[in-house]
Amino acid sequence: MRRLLLLFLGLLSTPVFAHKPSDSYLRIALEGSTVQGQWDIALRDLDYALGLDADGDGAITWGELRRRHREIAAYAFSHLTIKTEGETCAHKVLEHLVDHHTDGAYAVLRFETLCPKAPEPLSISYRLFFDLDPQHKGLLNLTHGGQTHSAIFSADQDTQVIEFLGVNRTKQFLAYGWEGTWHISIGYDHVLFLLSLLLPAVLKREGNRWRALASFREASIDVLKIVTAFTVAHSITLSLAALELIALPSRWVESAIAASVVLAALNNLYPLVSERRWVVAFVFGLAHGLGFANVLTDLGLPKGSLLVSLVGFNLGVEVGQLAIVSVFLPFAYRVRHSWSYQRMTVGLGSALIALVACVWLLERSLGLSIPSTTFEWGFN
Amino acid sequence: MRTAIRGKRARSRPITRGFAIIALAILGGATVEAAPYIPDRDEQVLEQVPTRLNATLLKLRALRVRLAQQPSDLSLATQLARGYIEIGRAELDPRYFGYAQAALKPWWALPSPPPEALVLRAILKQHGHDFAGALNDLEALVRRDPRNAQAWLSRAVILQVQGDHRQALAHCAALIFLPRSYFLGTVCLGKSLSLSGQAEKASRLLEELLDREPDAPPRERLWALTVLAETAARLGRSEQAERYFQQAFALGLQDGYLLMAFADFLLDERHPQRVKDLLNKETRVDGLLLRLAIAEKQLGSASNDHVASLKGRFAASRLRGDKIHLGDEARFTLHLLDDPHTALTLALANWEAQREPRDARIVLEAALAARDPAVAKPVLDALNQSSLEDVRLAALVARLKPIRQ
Repeated sequence: MRRLLLLFLGLLSTPVFAHKPSDSYLRIALEGSTVQGQWDIALRDLDYALGLDADGDGAITWGELRRRHREIAAYAFSHLTIKTEGETCAHKVLEHLVDHHTDGAYAVLRFETLCPKAPEPLSISYRLFFDLDPQHKGLLNLTHGGQTHSAIFSADQDTQVIEFLGVNRTKQFLAYGWEGTWHISIGYDHVLFLLSLLLPAVLKREGNRWRALASFREASIDVLKIVTAFTVAHSITLSLAALELIALPSRWVESAIAASVVLAALNNLYPLVSERRWVVAFVFGLAHGLGFANVLTDLGLPKGSLLVSLVGFNLGVEVGQLAIVSVFLPFAYRVRHSWSYQRMTVGLGSALIALVACVWLLERSLGLSIPSTTFEWGFN
Repeated sequence: MRTAIRGKRARSRPITRGFAIIALAILGGATVEAAPYIPDRDEQVLEQVPTRLNATLLKLRALRVRLAQQPSDLSLATQLARGYIEIGRAELDPRYFGYAQAALKPWWALPSPPPEALVLRAILKQHGHDFAGALNDLEALVRRDPRNAQAWLSRAVILQVQGDHRQALAHCAALIFLPRSYFLGTVCLGKSLSLSGQAEKASRLLEELLDREPDAPPRERLWALTVLAETAARLGRSEQAERYFQQAFALGLQDGYLLMAFADFLLDERHPQRVKDLLNKETRVDGLLLRLAIAEKQLGSASNDHVASLKGRFAASRLRGDKIHLGDEARFTLHLLDDPHTALTLALANWEAQREPRDARIVLEAALAARDPAVAKPVLDALNQSSLEDVRLAALVARLKPIRQ
């Protein structure tokens, strides 16, 4: 009785521990349908579970550990289940290593997991040591397409379902749609390209001068042609790139996009193409589509629902585009007669756009970083 | 803006498997000190574990085997759990508390397990700093058996950590009237009195107790002497405090808390060299390593190894979501990382859970260093209310006042 009483005393407010509680570190990187993993498990815990100290001298040597590798892997992976849509994935241990964390030596298992279906959503069920030590925790760190997800497995919560953008297709569709819209709203190069083409849409070139178009219908048809051509073109290349049918170095693509803005803007100052600007929109739209594809790659395309995300993203881009057009067109139509629109906005505006885009072109093609804030203030 | 977008795009190469492995390695670097490797020799020793010849562990292993055959045997289970808790405390290793919990598995989630299991569950919850859970279990225990001294004492100790001395006093008083609990009940009473404005009275009470009961078990005398020493230190009576600490050490018992309290006292007295001599071999224990590192810094010979080691340990603890180190981590962040703002956040989070003088102190110190006295208000209010006598806290409060106005 007295002995037990003493269990309560001392060491209460400030834990005076020489060790930290038991943890394992599970790191998983998801790429395509393969799962690359690394699992660090404390030797002390493995010793308690499996008895690693063969000669009982209180020291675990590499030899003692090495001889038990097969058994350790079998034990560990019988307590870890990775599933995709109800189907269990198979683990393959690639190598056994050793590492030292703050509280001692760990066995490091590098492994690969192959799933019958695309590993998203991924359900991970972790049960290691919970039967022996319910205070044990598994610390998960999962990376996928630039996103990092961390979670803690405990005896109370031994399963984690990892959904990067949700299993819900609608949610995923909306999420990618939003990304598309957001991207076009911050993608100044796309906006400026579109504006360069749209600026003269309410005007008509006659000799060296601009003349205002007589009807809104005429202006709208011009805008419609340009926007449609741009959309069709970038949808084509976006899809081809997302499906990995074409791949171009990002530097080329980004430079081509910058060049397209320069040319489209210069075309307003020194018109080469004035009637068929939709052709320009189409040709350069191809490059812009590849640029969108890069963004999509950054977001990480879930293999299982490629189409949903692709269409969602693309429609998102169109929504952003329509928003720009619906603000631009009525405004431009109203002021199309004015000198300030014809000279200042179209003339000076195009010149500024061309200048900014020239800077981008230099930066992107040569890999320079030009302090370009002075050129940007007008557009921010 | 432009650059940011470009940066994002520039990374957008199709990621190969090799890249994933590199990413994994970099990621690993956050928690791992060195890269994983394959040792060259079979003889290389990787880890020390309790030797198989350890008699206590041998006994417990046999119990574990028997329990595995009949997991619902309450007497076996409590015997095993108690054994593990004792080793955990002796070895300062929380893993054993987990093993103890495993032994109690059939009773762990029950709403009202038998008292033998309930009391151990409460102890384990308390060790895991689940104070609310522990208090619940103990209340159930007291209700079922009002003569359960363990439950009364344990509740009192938690209430003391939470700074609720009025309730704690009542619990200590209840303990005094139970058989064979007079000594511990009186120490308990003395501790609460000493923390609620009656330090003089508490000291007299405990001195008389030690004189009157020379045959009390050494562990219990150790507790009384530790309370006396800490009380004297708070009253600014350094020589007296030192004398009690020495008497406590003279009992010849291993006690982590005593070491820690003495180290804190010596740091306050500006004796860093003595702290270094005292704790030089105690680098395994986080709380003691922290005090050693602070002493080294005061001596002007800060050890990068010790600081790095503490940093890693606090990071690991944060990763697993533990909050039991917040107070020490705040102290580490303030005194060794010189980051008062982060320290203040940590200290305030710690104050939410526990309110002993050292918990108040780190809040005030961090608030002073961050020149942000307003956030220390809850602590200042609590100090006012408890009428705690503590010369060092009083000095801090006095230094905070001019800034507040």
